[in-house]
Amino acid sequence: MAWAAEPSIGLRFEKVDKRYGAVYALRNLTLAIAPGECLALAGRNGSGKTTLLRIACCLTRPTRGSLSFSGVAENQNPKAGFVAHATMVYDELTAEENLLFFAKLLGVANRRQRVDELLCEVGLGERKDSLVRTFSRGMRQRVAIARALLAAPGLLLFDEPAAGLDPEATIWLAGHLAKLRDSGRTMLISLHGQSEVARLATRAVRLDAGGVVADTRSGATFQSVFTFAGE
Amino acid sequence: MGLLSNAAALLGKEVRTEFRSRELLSTTMVFVLIVVVLFSFTFDPTTNESHRFGPGLLWLAFLFAASLMLQPCFLREQVNDTLSALRLAVSDPFAIFLAKIGANTLFLLLTELLMLPVFAALFNVSFRGELPGILLAFFLGSLGISVAGTALAAISAQARMRELLLPLLLLPLLAPILVASTEVTVSLMAPEPFMQWKGIGFLAVFDVVFLTALWLFGEYLLEE
Amino acid sequence: MAKRVLLGAAAVLLVIAAAYASFFVAPEERTMGVLQRIFYFHVSCAWAGLTAFSIGFLANLLYVWKRKQKYDWLGVSCAEVGVAFTTVVLISGPIWAKPAWGIYWTWDARLTSTFILWLLYISYLLLRTLIEEPDRRSLLSALFGIFAFIDVPIVFGAIRWWRTQHPAPVIMGGPNSGLAAGMVPTFFFAVFAMHVFMWFLIAERYSLERMRSDVELLRQEAEAT
Repeated sequence: MAWAAEPSIGLRFEKVDKRYGAVYALRNLTLAIAPGECLALAGRNGSGKTTLLRIACCLTRPTRGSLSFSGVAENQNPKAGFVAHATMVYDELTAEENLLFFAKLLGVANRRQRVDELLCEVGLGERKDSLVRTFSRGMRQRVAIARALLAAPGLLLFDEPAAGLDPEATIWLAGHLAKLRDSGRTMLISLHGQSEVARLATRAVRLDAGGVVADTRSGATFQSVFTFAGE
Repeated sequence: MGLLSNAAALLGKEVRTEFRSRELLSTTMVFVLIVVVLFSFTFDPTTNESHRFGPGLLWLAFLFAASLMLQPCFLREQVNDTLSALRLAVSDPFAIFLAKIGANTLFLLLTELLMLPVFAALFNVSFRGELPGILLAFFLGSLGISVAGTALAAISAQARMRELLLPLLLLPLLAPILVASTEVTVSLMAPEPFMQWKGIGFLAVFDVVFLTALWLFGEYLLEE
Repeated sequence: MAKRVLLGAAAVLLVIAAAYASFFVAPEERTMGVLQRIFYFHVSCAWAGLTAFSIGFLANLLYVWKRKQKYDWLGVSCAEVGVAFTTVVLISGPIWAKPAWGIYWTWDARLTSTFILWLLYISYLLLRTLIEEPDRRSLLSALFGIFAFIDVPIVFGAIRWWRTQHPAPVIMGGPNSGLAAGMVPTFFFAVFAMHVFMWFLIAERYSLERMRSDVELLRQEAEAT
């Protein structure tokens, strides 16, 4: 039940620029992502990964160029699930309160049931009444993932999800992401380097200086896409 | 989820969070009290002119308190980037503003209503018969302060020196509120109280104009 | 370049001509004498300031809509020039009031509103210095500029109403209190001259801002490489 998704969503970045003053976070980026693809985004810090993800979930608008979606009604926001560096949940509320609140905003049907399901799936069933402030980094990550999954979105975005997690939590994360991938959702995961998480991807793309420099779809090997990513 | 239901859900959360810790309300109330007491050192409040000058000082205290109370409005959404989560979840970004304006107006009103009897006692003014009028003035004034304050808090949260910037931007903008609210309150606390409908009119105009402006431009305030 | 020099020369000549007219062409006022002549200067600066702020308001709206940098340059130029003219109004008021009434300031309705107007746009300029990222700065200051401008009529209205509740000496009576026929041409000439001067100042400030912006862009690009 927690894994059922809306129809998968495809994305198309067409010559996208994102400029902050004179600095180009993204420059002439063209990238098409097929529905159901699990794309790993590799690149150094400052290569534009976070900006690309924030544009993909419509939090930021491109300075130039366009982003279009397939599988979504015309001019509609696909309401992607986004797991960022920040947890995007309230420290002063409990895990359950946070999820119920966002579920209400999103208009999720059968809120209580859905929240209970998700809390169980991410293994927070017992801690649901604890304030998020008391959670470890790994547990906060789980709340963030549950929040992203509330409306069962067809598009999921992860910004360096393994950052700051201990090995056990990373294994849990990789397992979870694999399940999400297998449910047919489109996923974009930005990464620093090769890891368990990177292995899940069906395709990998490397960004540098705001543009795509390597793509496994165009023949590059996974190895080569990730090799320089850890610098 | 429509605009109003989103706003209601958000408002509920803001109020519930505040009543759990009550930190905003308690600090604001103590601040108003301190300002009122300090003001009273600067002139003798027991003369029969206190009903003419007192309300002005009271509203000044509210304005100063509000310019501090409104700071966390958007700053607390920056802590874990919950603002992005809200923007992703709501259908219309104006819901975020509506909710915060509602919450801020409520907190301001609560502070004012709790301070009113204290003020009346300290400054020896009576207002008993005029409570509806005073409530109306307090409501419209607080609404105006909240609308302008919430909008400017969204701006100052993105700038440096934000603690000083918000009062700097807000206080000149709120001059009409100060003038109109004071006049209305003075008339209602006079020995022969009467209602200044023109003052109420100014408050209402301010509220409507700024709410409309925020409705038109709010989403740009939250843009990245 | 030649156009700018021409505009500058015209502006300066017109202002000098208006000053001459204020002193030697306009008839002497009955009660206040020579002192009243500052009125041509004071009021025309006030109107030029308000015009500058109005143009700035349009520039702010256009920036929010179109996001073209030139509207940001125009917005800040108008705000600065508006503040300059408003400062002159706030200084010339007391200069008149002291010999006329014996006091520098009377919290007269128009002057009080002008003071708040001045504070609002000073805040606008301060806001700009506190946001580093250029596009954010342009957008947020444009939005504040819009809020500030729509507040202006409410400020003027509320304070004028307040003053009717508590009457106080009015500085200079103002044009509404009846301008003698002989004064009208000088008055409108002074207003015209000040507006040309305003236009010249805005144009100069605009090109300065454009150059500054280009330099900033070049500097950032050089740093990036």
